[in-house]
Amino acid sequence: MRIMAVDEVALSLGLAPGMMLADARARVPEVQAVAHDPQADARLLDSIAEECDRFTPSVAVDPPDGLILDITGCAHLWGDEAGLVSALVTRLVDGGMTVRVALAETPDKARALARHGGELLRAGRRLSPNRLNEERAPYVPAAPTVGNLPVAALDLGEERTTALKRAGLNLLEDLASRPRIPLAARFGPQAVTRLARVLGEEDVRITPRRTPPALSFARRFAEPVAHTDFVLATLADLVREAGEELARRGEGGREFASRLFRSDGAVHALRIGTGQPTRDVDLVLRLFRERIDTLEDPLDPGFGYDLIRLDIPVAEALGVTQTDLDGNTAPAREVALLADRLGVRLGRGRVRRFAAGDSHIPECAGFTVPAHTPVLPLTAHRAAGDPPMRPLRLFDPPQIVDVIAEVPDGPPRRFRWRRQTHDVITFEGPERLSAEWWKRKDGGGLTRDYYRVEDRQGRRFWLFRHGLYGAEKPNPDWYLHGLFG
Amino acid sequence: MIDSASSLARLKRRIDALGPAASSGRWGLLSFGLAALDARLDGGLAKGAVHEVLPASGTDAASAAAFALMLAVRAGADGGPILWVSTDAELRRHGTPYGPGLAELGLAPDRIMLVTAPDELACLKVASDSIGCAGLAAAVIEVGSAKRLDLTASRRLALAAEKSGVTALILRGSDSMIASAAASRWQVAAAPSAPLAGQAPGRTGLSLSLLRHRGGARPFDICVEWDHDRTAFSEPALLRPVPAVAERRSMVA
Repeated sequence: MRIMAVDEVALSLGLAPGMMLADARARVPEVQAVAHDPQADARLLDSIAEECDRFTPSVAVDPPDGLILDITGCAHLWGDEAGLVSALVTRLVDGGMTVRVALAETPDKARALARHGGELLRAGRRLSPNRLNEERAPYVPAAPTVGNLPVAALDLGEERTTALKRAGLNLLEDLASRPRIPLAARFGPQAVTRLARVLGEEDVRITPRRTPPALSFARRFAEPVAHTDFVLATLADLVREAGEELARRGEGGREFASRLFRSDGAVHALRIGTGQPTRDVDLVLRLFRERIDTLEDPLDPGFGYDLIRLDIPVAEALGVTQTDLDGNTAPAREVALLADRLGVRLGRGRVRRFAAGDSHIPECAGFTVPAHTPVLPLTAHRAAGDPPMRPLRLFDPPQIVDVIAEVPDGPPRRFRWRRQTHDVITFEGPERLSAEWWKRKDGGGLTRDYYRVEDRQGRRFWLFRHGLYGAEKPNPDWYLHGLFG
Repeated sequence: MIDSASSLARLKRRIDALGPAASSGRWGLLSFGLAALDARLDGGLAKGAVHEVLPASGTDAASAAAFALMLAVRAGADGGPILWVSTDAELRRHGTPYGPGLAELGLAPDRIMLVTAPDELACLKVASDSIGCAGLAAAVIEVGSAKRLDLTASRRLALAAEKSGVTALILRGSDSMIASAAASRWQVAAAPSAPLAGQAPGRTGLSLSLLRHRGGARPFDICVEWDHDRTAFSEPALLRPVPAVAERRSMVA
């Protein structure tokens, strides 16, 4: 059992990560060991990343214990970049974390500086009582030069790092001045790319956890707000502002996400979606209220929210909405609003429309898609005067039934379904639907012989034999696929 | 002596003014397309009202659903949207509505929106919201054996339907005979269809039985067939000669 992490006291007693627990216990008998839970660590890192969302939308997780933030263009709210970094670090350290931080022009350089050169910042110093005064940042990031970093900062693995050290190259400045091609020949091409990235010559941007939204409106509060009415009023303000901006651009939003940042670091997200792009303030507010009412756990402000933000992830073009001369769009809009409200309340997937599929397999020929997806219309494929060839209701998956039928390909004479026996009086079939062999890897698939049967009472069923007797299956099963009206 | 005829007329007027049953003509009547049936109902069923459909037994559930859909499509004859509300449990038991099957019955699948509620309470909430939405032509609500839909709840739905003009069709389970404020109540069973040449099952046949009617029509039983080309009910073909089948029956393949 190996030690993954130690606290300050253990560190001062000579224990270090990587040591065996037995050795550690031998040195310090009273050491306490807690099981390593990587998932809980990952969750904690995730929640810290959520909290960092208030500083910048581009946050990437650097497992197992790091975050990379791209603060290009976000620093003006805190004065300058150093101000942002010290505000962030103050927040994290106040929350009880121990932080190593570095600020640089490229992500890899910042990462190397933080991991191998940054100073350890923790809540050892006392903060001034006036915590609102964040200009007097107690933590100012030191600016180590990248040249002073050890070659371990390249993260090439033990072998290569030892090889570099044996060659006498201990710091990055030794490597920086040397020609790169012999380095690549001796230590591998990866060493050269990493070196270029860490030195800041190559700039590879991070992949943020969440794509930054198209539009974002926020309100910050010096004093955190806890009252739900005030939160709703702020949300209404933000929606109005968003509506004006969208009108100015001639666009509408289909998804609106509101994030409420609590002062203790938790983040609540409320998300609503509409079928058509919209910038109608009342509609969006009504949907938000519906979402808040149908939350599983009611909103808990805790000590209050100090940042309320409205993001519009995607903005689509939306011209000026035209109404009919008689105002006839009102009923159609009402139905669309009902569909949106039900979608917000129950979930988008529960409000569906019928769509046609390009296949002869029954379950693929007709299916349902969430409403507001453009669909091809379904058409009937039979001559006038004929009875329906397809059932009204379909079972997914088909239900197995016990059937008495002649072999090899006789129609069903009697079958048993849900503990009831039905005698087949009239039937039509077989309608032979073979499997889509061109779509299957094995090139095969069982043929289905469909029968439209009617029993003595007049109930009509759609049965099929799964597989041809003898040719495909020795003893094919029968299934009930649907019920006619 | 009091003129009994005029006082009777006055009394009738006062009674009519009291309840919504009087104003059954406000949104119009939904005809069946079959003169004999319409005549028995004084023109047809009331639109903007709540009607209940029950299957005669568990295996007749598909026929009951078909009947409810047929009424919904006839109620929205001018192309209005129809909402079908159901629950997860009901869809698992009776199967999901199948688009091509609806198209074959002439029931316009592109006008129908399917809403699946997770449980019965949510389904009833959706039902009350949708009946209040004036843009819909009809709403079919599949509640199963909803014990919650009692007299008060159904009265509330009836008032909402009256106000918005949405024709609501409630599909209950076969074992639920709860008092309700529906304008009419039907029991539906499958009926044997007139076989086509070659002993093939023919057009959809239904055996309808009117159990209750607010307007005063007496309960009756009737067998009908659904003519999907006209989207109307018709006489069962057993009373007419069997139609000749077209030479080449087109099969979907």
